[in-house]
Amino acid sequence: MDDSRPIFLQIAEAIENDILAGNLHEETQVPSTNEFAAFYRINPATAGKGVNLLVDDGILYKKRGIGMFVATGSQARLVKKRREQFEAEFVRPLIAEATKIGLSQAQLVSMIQAAPIHEGDTV
Amino acid sequence: MTTVVEVNGLTKRFGKFTAVDDVSFRVEENTIYGLLGRNGAGKTTMMQLLTGQQFASDGSIRVFGQSPVENAAVLGNICFIKESQAYPDDFKPRHVFESAPWFFQNWDAEFANRLISEFRVPVNRRIKKLSRGQLSAVGVIVGLASRAPLTFFDEPYLGLDAVARQIFYDRLLEDFGEHPRTVILSTHLIDEVSALLEHVLVIDDGKLIIDENADTLRGSATTISGTKSTVEAFVGKRTVLHREGIGGLSSITVEKLDSADRTAAASAGLELGPVSLQQLIVRKTSIPEAEFGAQS
Repeated sequence: MDDSRPIFLQIAEAIENDILAGNLHEETQVPSTNEFAAFYRINPATAGKGVNLLVDDGILYKKRGIGMFVATGSQARLVKKRREQFEAEFVRPLIAEATKIGLSQAQLVSMIQAAPIHEGDTV
Repeated sequence: MTTVVEVNGLTKRFGKFTAVDDVSFRVEENTIYGLLGRNGAGKTTMMQLLTGQQFASDGSIRVFGQSPVENAAVLGNICFIKESQAYPDDFKPRHVFESAPWFFQNWDAEFANRLISEFRVPVNRRIKKLSRGQLSAVGVIVGLASRAPLTFFDEPYLGLDAVARQIFYDRLLEDFGEHPRTVILSTHLIDEVSALLEHVLVIDDGKLIIDENADTLRGSATTISGTKSTVEAFVGKRTVLHREGIGGLSSITVEKLDSADRTAAASAGLELGPVSLQQLIVRKTSIPEAEFGAQS
């Protein structure tokens, strides 16, 4: 956990990352709020807030008396959401920085094409 | 949610000195609070008032709906772990743990024994002979195993090593998950405990200056850095929490920026940096101006 952003957002993101990476499969149970709290060493109410955020987004759903489960189709929806975020958080600042140091769009594109991609790298 | 503590216009004077100055707040049930502030800010006095160990000069205190002073019904539900608890001469940790159930109806002896071995407390050594850290561990164990509905930890870990502090945080969270209760934790180690807290109260000079959800506070301030003129132009009329500069460079902490502000700052070539809970509190409780080599 880094200290600069609300922790419940970071918890929600960590769960999303696990779903994206396929560590948490659709229709499987996710750990309880208290388990999250103990693992990340955070306040259980904060962990609950993060989990509830994903319930509101329809990524997780509650089975009464049993716990939280990953909703069907959530992985595809997260991919779509993360791609939109990727554009806003990485691509636009990248272009802004490139413009600042006088790189043209063509130069930027060829730079990206020349950059090595590590196949093994995941989220 | 049920309110456990309600304080209105609370003031405590010692002669001409005002230790707690017209403070009002509420404490909700089953929440972990951080009571933070500098040395001498009034934290301990506040806790003494809430536990009936000091009389208020002015204002009202309600704990579980009643005045805590000389009130067994209230005090029986409170556990107050002080920075330096005094024990009778010749007392051994064993005596502390054996007498604890007389005062705390929820006392869990099994949990206490587990903590004793984790903290490696020598139960048969005289308390006078314990190290500072071991003495603190005795207090921490009493605070956790008593499971009082309202537990105060006043700077509980003087001398506790990093391993022991981590055990304290882990056991507190674990046990809080299973047995929710209200905890008020006063400490200077804000970075270490910030993730544990749900709500933060900050006292400065006897006044309550922050009463806010911990997650709302996090990310409620941003540091903007860049060349002095650009930073100053961007900051404009915003509330400045902190200002630092060296030569032609400047770094100013301001309150929350929205995403339009962030985009504007980025395109002006400014760097935006996060402010941790600890930094935020340091900045709100210290003198705001600090400039080095400001002759630009």
